Amino acid sequence: MRDSAGGGSAWKIAADLPDPELPVVTIADLGILRDVTEDDQGRVHVTITPTYSGCPAMQTITDDLVATLTAAGYQSVDVEYVLSPAWTTDWMTEEARAKLAAYGVAPPGPASGPVPLALSVRCPQCGSSDTRESSRFGSTACKSLWVCRSCREPFDHFKAI
Amino acid sequence: MTTPVTPAGFVLGLADDALVSAQRMGWWISRAPELEEDLALANIGLDQLGQARALLTYAGELEGTGRTEDDLAYLRDDRDFRNVWLVERPQTDFGVTIARLLVFATWQSELYAALASSADLTLAGVAGKAVKEVAYHVDHARLWTLRLGDGTEESHRRMQDALDAEWPYVEELFVADPDAPIDPATLRDAVLGRVGEVVAAATLTVPEVAPSVGGGRRGLHTEHLGHLLAGMQHLHRSHPGVTW
Repeated sequence: MRDSAGGGSAWKIAADLPDPELPVVTIADLGILRDVTEDDQGRVHVTITPTYSGCPAMQTITDDLVATLTAAGYQSVDVEYVLSPAWTTDWMTEEARAKLAAYGVAPPGPASGPVPLALSVRCPQCGSSDTRESSRFGSTACKSLWVCRSCREPFDHFKAI
Repeated sequence: MTTPVTPAGFVLGLADDALVSAQRMGWWISRAPELEEDLALANIGLDQLGQARALLTYAGELEGTGRTEDDLAYLRDDRDFRNVWLVERPQTDFGVTIARLLVFATWQSELYAALASSADLTLAGVAGKAVKEVAYHVDHARLWTLRLGDGTEESHRRMQDALDAEWPYVEELFVADPDAPIDPATLRDAVLGRVGEVVAAATLTVPEVAPSVGGGRRGLHTEHLGHLLAGMQHLHRSHPGVTW
């Protein structure tokens, strides 16, 4: 075993992979990428965790990891799903939160309590905190739908979980 | 010291509850009263489907026959399903969907919370993830129950009718299973307490009705499950091994 999380070149390649549904952030930014190990024979073992049990992006992420690492010259790539410890939006990096906001998706607050109450979600378009939730379930499992009362624009909010 | 082995039948029951409920949720896609609700019920179904996939895979491992999640979802007949009757019956009204979700998600919430600290680490992993998703389902059902129950005369009447229609099927969720890591019978007070609070706050009444015969955990089902499975399994059975 040569490298593990944070060190090796396989980690760097995997960590740069964009999320298929939110391409401005990487799977490492989101905390989906948990571990990468590679051995001297060029075999890579990647561990990822889903944001939600039914997240349909997991298959695409797996395919992307295998394709990207294979193209980088690794001989074999296997991808393992782990559920524990359960993914939380608290694993999202500060950089990822800033990138999401710039992309028009309000980043999550701290994941506290069973259904975290976002007291004020700032509109990613105009910066106003005069916003309201229009639907707790949005275009993907991880997002809710909000409307800004100041600029009248609807926007996505990454739900704290 | 030996670690007690979780019975495959218990895991299969939880998996089938989630799978059949997910299929019923999917029925609402394009039919929900508003676009936001269409998304909400589809997302709730998607969470349940994700839970079902992990649980079916584990049930296949526990029974040791090499059956995969797809084998179990698509290649069993109704008599081999172990879900409760609550989730398999058609949803005749939006109120029925909400009443059923309120009961089912609250039950899942209590069960998953207990399983999350079980000695069975696989089940604890699935449950630890699912419990956070289900919290959103409970809250969604709670908000609609309040809005409809404490809404207009018409919405109040239909929400009460929905509770009356679903209530006979509630008891089956608490059928004792002493070999399970968490005996569902022990969850009864907590689940009914939480549901009862929401029902009262919505100016509705907890129905007093005799429980249905039940039998889903033993493979005895209503006529509706066969129809649901015909729709769900048709593609896979007609085109074995088909992929996207």
